[in-house]
Amino acid sequence: MNEIILAAAIIGIMGIVFGIGLSYAAKVFHVKEDERIARVRAALPGANCGACGYPGCDGLAAAIVEGKASGNACPASGDEFTEKLADILGIKTEKTERKTARVLCNGTCALSRAKYQYYGIEDCSAAAQIFGGHKSCKYGCLGNGTCARVCPFDAIAIVEGVAVILQDKCRACGLCIDACPKKLIELIPVSKNYSVLCRSKDKGPVTKKSCDVGCIGCTKCVKTCPAGAISMEGAPLAKIDPEKCTNCGECVKVCPTTAIRKVETFCN
Amino acid sequence: MIEQIVTSFLAAVLIENFVLVRFLGICPFLGVSKKIKTAWGMGIAVVFVMALASAFTWLIQKYVLESFNIEFLQTITFILVIAALVQFVEMVIKKTSRTLYNALGVYLPLITTNCAILAVCIINVQKGFDLVNAILYGTFAGIGFTLALILFAGIRERMDLFSNIPENLKGFPISLISASLVSLAFLGFQGLIK
Repeated sequence: MNEIILAAAIIGIMGIVFGIGLSYAAKVFHVKEDERIARVRAALPGANCGACGYPGCDGLAAAIVEGKASGNACPASGDEFTEKLADILGIKTEKTERKTARVLCNGTCALSRAKYQYYGIEDCSAAAQIFGGHKSCKYGCLGNGTCARVCPFDAIAIVEGVAVILQDKCRACGLCIDACPKKLIELIPVSKNYSVLCRSKDKGPVTKKSCDVGCIGCTKCVKTCPAGAISMEGAPLAKIDPEKCTNCGECVKVCPTTAIRKVETFCN
Repeated sequence: MIEQIVTSFLAAVLIENFVLVRFLGICPFLGVSKKIKTAWGMGIAVVFVMALASAFTWLIQKYVLESFNIEFLQTITFILVIAALVQFVEMVIKKTSRTLYNALGVYLPLITTNCAILAVCIINVQKGFDLVNAILYGTFAGIGFTLALILFAGIRERMDLFSNIPENLKGFPISLISASLVSLAFLGFQGLIK
């Protein structure tokens, strides 16, 4: 019995001694941190997504205050943040247009055909390794939600077997772009509403066979676009250049398969 | 004396390498061996903490645990001592040398709970070292850890750049396989000392 009390007492005493010692040392060796770092840190989103290349939001805040990173280094923050930053540091940074991710596939379960039934683990990379995925189109979104799980902002939903970006939640950190095994996700300025929602490089009839809404490469939109923003990418696949696009919407009217759509996905 | 130190150095760094022969501290070995630069930072922090922890735990063992006959509390006491020590050292370094603090960075608090550190302290006691030998052994063990980490980081860097790794082995699997091969190579040092 004595032994137990002795053991407990000694461990307890050591704990107390170390505790008091450490708290005393924390006062003696206190280092003044730049208080602006904490304020910049508070203005950042705090999701620690790592898209800026620094170790988390703390790392970026320190880098911004030290002047190593520019005020718009955080891709997940918009103008609001740059304004706050101007308050804290007294510096102006150029405004950048907010971007959003966009999934370039619209082949929902009802509109596209399946190659086989997939019963594996819920992961697109895993599904993609079995004959290129369970969709009969090998370029299409598999809808297993790998991108939705990596998104730190909960901005991706799986709707009818296709990933959809909720644009008002998306902060364009780009994590989903790396996660998608089909490389279907792109960053696009949020003001550009029109996209070709298809990445199929197959020839028209092949695309048509596997999906009702695929781009068949008819080049109608290329001829129609008044701004000359649409081009064929070497394959029978149209691509809208967001820098030239004027949001006129002419291409949607001529697209025979409705592969081009006006994208306005906001969460409700 | 010098001969003894050299023998102890070879034993701790090569023959009984903490990572590759004793299989201790595998977590940082796989976790921070992606770049040689971070491997250096981690390695130096480990050497530093191992040497300090050896000294302190040796004193605790001798003057607290043995004098009260409570050696069975060794593990928990050592963990307590190491954790407190690392915290304290971090504060001191932050105050005194900003450069060293930045160099060690996040690795210093990370290794608080590393089993390799605890192992060094316990082996010191088991082998019955005196204080000087305990500190030396701690330092050498840390150097061995650093060597393993840097060697492996070099291999991984090259593998990422030049090797055509099969898709299903990319990332962690190939790291584990190459780690086992490095470990096999280190087995060759057995018998270096009679």
